[in-house]
Amino acid sequence: MTNGTKIGCGVGIAILVVIIGAVLWGIGIYNSLVSLDEEVQQSWSQVENQYQRRADLIPNLVNTVKGVANFEKETYTAVAEARSKVNQIKLTSDMLNDPQAFQKFQAAQDGLGSALSRLLVTVERYPELKANENFLQLQAQLEGTENRISVERRKFNLVVQKYNTKIRRFPDNFIAGIIGFREKQYFKSIEGASKPPKVKF
Amino acid sequence: MKILHSILFISIVFAQLVFAQPEFPVLKKYANDFTGTLNYTQINKINSALKAFDDSTSNQIVFLMVKSIDGYPLEMYTYETAKKNKIGTKGNDNGVLFFVAKNDRKMRMEVGYGLEGALPDALASSILRNEVRPYFRRNNYYQGVVAGLNAIIAATKGEYKIKKKRQNDLNIVPLFWIIFLIIIFIRIKYGRKGGRGGMIYFGGGLGGGFGGGSSGGFSGGFSGGGGSFGGGGASGSW
Repeated sequence: MTNGTKIGCGVGIAILVVIIGAVLWGIGIYNSLVSLDEEVQQSWSQVENQYQRRADLIPNLVNTVKGVANFEKETYTAVAEARSKVNQIKLTSDMLNDPQAFQKFQAAQDGLGSALSRLLVTVERYPELKANENFLQLQAQLEGTENRISVERRKFNLVVQKYNTKIRRFPDNFIAGIIGFREKQYFKSIEGASKPPKVKF
Repeated sequence: MKILHSILFISIVFAQLVFAQPEFPVLKKYANDFTGTLNYTQINKINSALKAFDDSTSNQIVFLMVKSIDGYPLEMYTYETAKKNKIGTKGNDNGVLFFVAKNDRKMRMEVGYGLEGALPDALASSILRNEVRPYFRRNNYYQGVVAGLNAIIAATKGEYKIKKKRQNDLNIVPLFWIIFLIIIFIRIKYGRKGGRGGMIYFGGGLGGGFGGGSSGGFSGGFSGGGGSFGGGGASGSW
């Protein structure tokens, strides 16, 4: 074997090692991206569950307030309308990287949330409802669900933040770009949405 | 647009960080009163009852009373506190935090994922309204707390029977006996000359073991089992 072929072999082996290393490194990043993606989807389904739970409570709520003498019709029809809107807009976890779809989904859900909180404020004016154990329990369920929604939304945002940071950071963005991992949307809090509306009597 | 998004996101996260200023308490016991309302005997009574409940069912119920949360959102406060202290066992998520902010006249039950079925929001709210509130309104805090905790216990009693800790105990117990027998065996084999040496060792070993166990926290220290929460429960006032 000449010196030249020896060097050639050495270089070849070195290149091979580098290639294998790069592939292994790529696989590692890919795997961690996949599990993060999975985490995002899982917490998304939690968010969806809670929204669904809220939507399921509404018919019962509307029926209860309807039964009360001269309860303001506009407030509960607004809730019913907002609910049917929510039912039309579904957002599956593979649509999470679509900003418009996400915005539409959030707008519909937030619309229902604010219609509901208006209704609950109106209720304060009806002492007969405030003394009705059935209604109070329904109210507790709604409040609990709203709270769960905000908890799951926070959890979801944190996971998406982790995911988005990962796919944008060098050198992970390389692999993410090749495979097609795209940035996902998260919830933005609306000005004043978290504060309950104040009413004067 | 992307930059705008990331600025927005960073500001949200930052806002949350700034917002999350209060130190959430680390709970060392099942019953915690930072207001000095309940006396020593009352606290101890509640504490040992909650510990016994944990020992027999693995459901971890923790009581916490503070003076005020200074306008911090109640639901976030209890959620973060429950999360920080990992109330409930891992996997079962069977923890409940019964929280009272005395001067704010606010209370809340934060219910872990695994007990949301046994203690749904409607029931939690009804307990606060119908069991606790009447006492609190008459400034009878002890009775109110006891009534609330009893109702939680009654609701969550049948929920979990398999106790993780118990399983651990079972694993440790045979090991303990095996080591014990080996020691006795060695003692009998080599301790012939010593005569009663083996028995003395026996006494010392047992005493040391038990002493160490109970000195960990004065009877009934609480340590979270890793339960997680999802915002279940109900809030109330009086």
